[in-house]
Amino acid sequence: MSSNARFNVFPTRMALTNMKAKLKGAQNGHNLLKRKSEALTRRFREITKKIEDSKRKMGKIMQVASFSLAEVAYTTGDISFQVRESVSTAQLRVRAKSENVSGVQLPNFEYYIDGQNAFELTGLGRGGQQVQKCKDTYIGAAKVLIELASLQTAFVVLDEVIRLTNRRVNAIEHVTIPKYENTIAYIISELDEQDREEFFRLKMIQKKKNQGKADEENAKNIESGELKANILDSIRDEDVIF
Amino acid sequence: MEAINFNVDNGYLEAIVRGFKGGIINNNVYSNLTQCETLEDLKLQLSSTDYGNFLQNEPSPLSTSTISEKCLERLMDDFEYLRANSVEPLSTFLDYITYGYMIDNVILLITGTLHERDTHELLEKCHPLGAFESMPALCIATNVNELYNTVLIETPLAPYFEKCLSAEDLHEVDIEIIRNKLYKAYIEDFYNYCQKIGGPTGEVMGEILKFEADRRAINITINSFDTELSKEERTKLYPENGLLYPEGIAKLAKCDDIEQVKVALDTYHDYAAMFETGPNNSAEKSLEDKFFEREVLLNKRSFEQQFHFGQFYSYLKLKEQEIRNIVWIAECIAQNQKDKINNYIPIF
Repeated sequence: MSSNARFNVFPTRMALTNMKAKLKGAQNGHNLLKRKSEALTRRFREITKKIEDSKRKMGKIMQVASFSLAEVAYTTGDISFQVRESVSTAQLRVRAKSENVSGVQLPNFEYYIDGQNAFELTGLGRGGQQVQKCKDTYIGAAKVLIELASLQTAFVVLDEVIRLTNRRVNAIEHVTIPKYENTIAYIISELDEQDREEFFRLKMIQKKKNQGKADEENAKNIESGELKANILDSIRDEDVIF
Repeated sequence: MEAINFNVDNGYLEAIVRGFKGGIINNNVYSNLTQCETLEDLKLQLSSTDYGNFLQNEPSPLSTSTISEKCLERLMDDFEYLRANSVEPLSTFLDYITYGYMIDNVILLITGTLHERDTHELLEKCHPLGAFESMPALCIATNVNELYNTVLIETPLAPYFEKCLSAEDLHEVDIEIIRNKLYKAYIEDFYNYCQKIGGPTGEVMGEILKFEADRRAINITINSFDTELSKEERTKLYPENGLLYPEGIAKLAKCDDIEQVKVALDTYHDYAAMFETGPNNSAEKSLEDKFFEREVLLNKRSFEQQFHFGQFYSYLKLKEQEIRNIVWIAECIAQNQKDKINNYIPIF
């Protein structure tokens, strides 16, 4: 950034006041944005930590879940087709809500259970308990997945917003504020310059005026008594002594 | 009397089936299998058993489903051999064994038809033991009436269907309830058939099928808690040939939770023992495991007697349990859950 960039304004007092107000605004904005970015970063750290936890948890729970499926296969045999066919609508559903974190809309997924168990009779004659147990474990796994999904989306959104905010903070800090400052300095210096010019001009005018006055007087004097003037002017005669 | 003539027709097959029984994996091999680190190791261990090199031509990352498929194929080969060499009345007996699997297949196809799926791909999912000639025809039928009138009427399952439901029911009743109704009819029919044969067959098979009936009754009771299945509906699903029939069944019909089941079964020594530690205690074996154990015990016992058909049934059931065990062990190895690997049901 060129350090002496400034706005293209006329160096007037009005512009100076405007600029000063704008500088103040920029500083205010900078503070606010900085605070926002800090809040977001804190949130971001929290989310990162949570993501790590739930990823570990997910690994474990998925293992348990797929093993419980093996248990079902052991007692009941292959029930996949039957389960697939008897389910028409999903029982476990996901709803998206949004949460407001310092002005950022973070999507938040929420699960809820809707309708009744579609295949509660599966494995009625054999292994029904295992089927239900497996279902429960998978519901648990799905819950962890949903949690992880909302965290991940929040992560992405937050990441973007934080970068945007930081960019703004930096822009204000390093570009806008110096620019205003430069402009103000420029205006002030220009105004000073103008002041000095004005002063000089005034002085010049004064001088000119004074001279004009003197000239005028002279002229008047000349006009009123040329002789006298001549007398006064030309020969200095000796004092007459009687 | 029977024993004199038994060997004329069935001696060869009995010898064969006893030979097959000798090939069932014993505890030594199981302990070797559980030591395996990878599925490749498992394959190597299995190749020293009767399974031989059945996995030889499989591409390298073995999946547990391939193993179970191949095992089942082996079992099918053996069973088909027995079936091809059998004469009446053994052949009918063997047919009866397959009806149970047929019910599963038909139910599977009906489910597909009801949801208007392409039934051809379902054919591959059907249990090979329950395959029957007109099964592909089920795919042609587009609605349930057609299915019943053109296909099912020809199969041995028709009487069961006739007995428990009309074609209209297929649309309204839950498919799982139909399956259990069919099973009930099947078990009762099979039981009656075995009693008709009489002699040691009737005795041995009677015991096994009684247990099977009771197991179904208990399972249905436990699994129907907190579901929409009403008690009257539930009562209709209980097979009526078990040890529990009629008093125990009547008691079961009234149960609302697992404690009541326990009380109801208190007078039946074999079943009461299963509930002793409580099936909900996860550290213990589950009720289902205990049922499997008992089934294995009964099936093992049927080999103690000679000159009867029960051993064919028992052989098949033991082999099925063995496949389940192998798949379980493979699953444990594949998923790295070594602490549960010993939950299989040892046979010998």
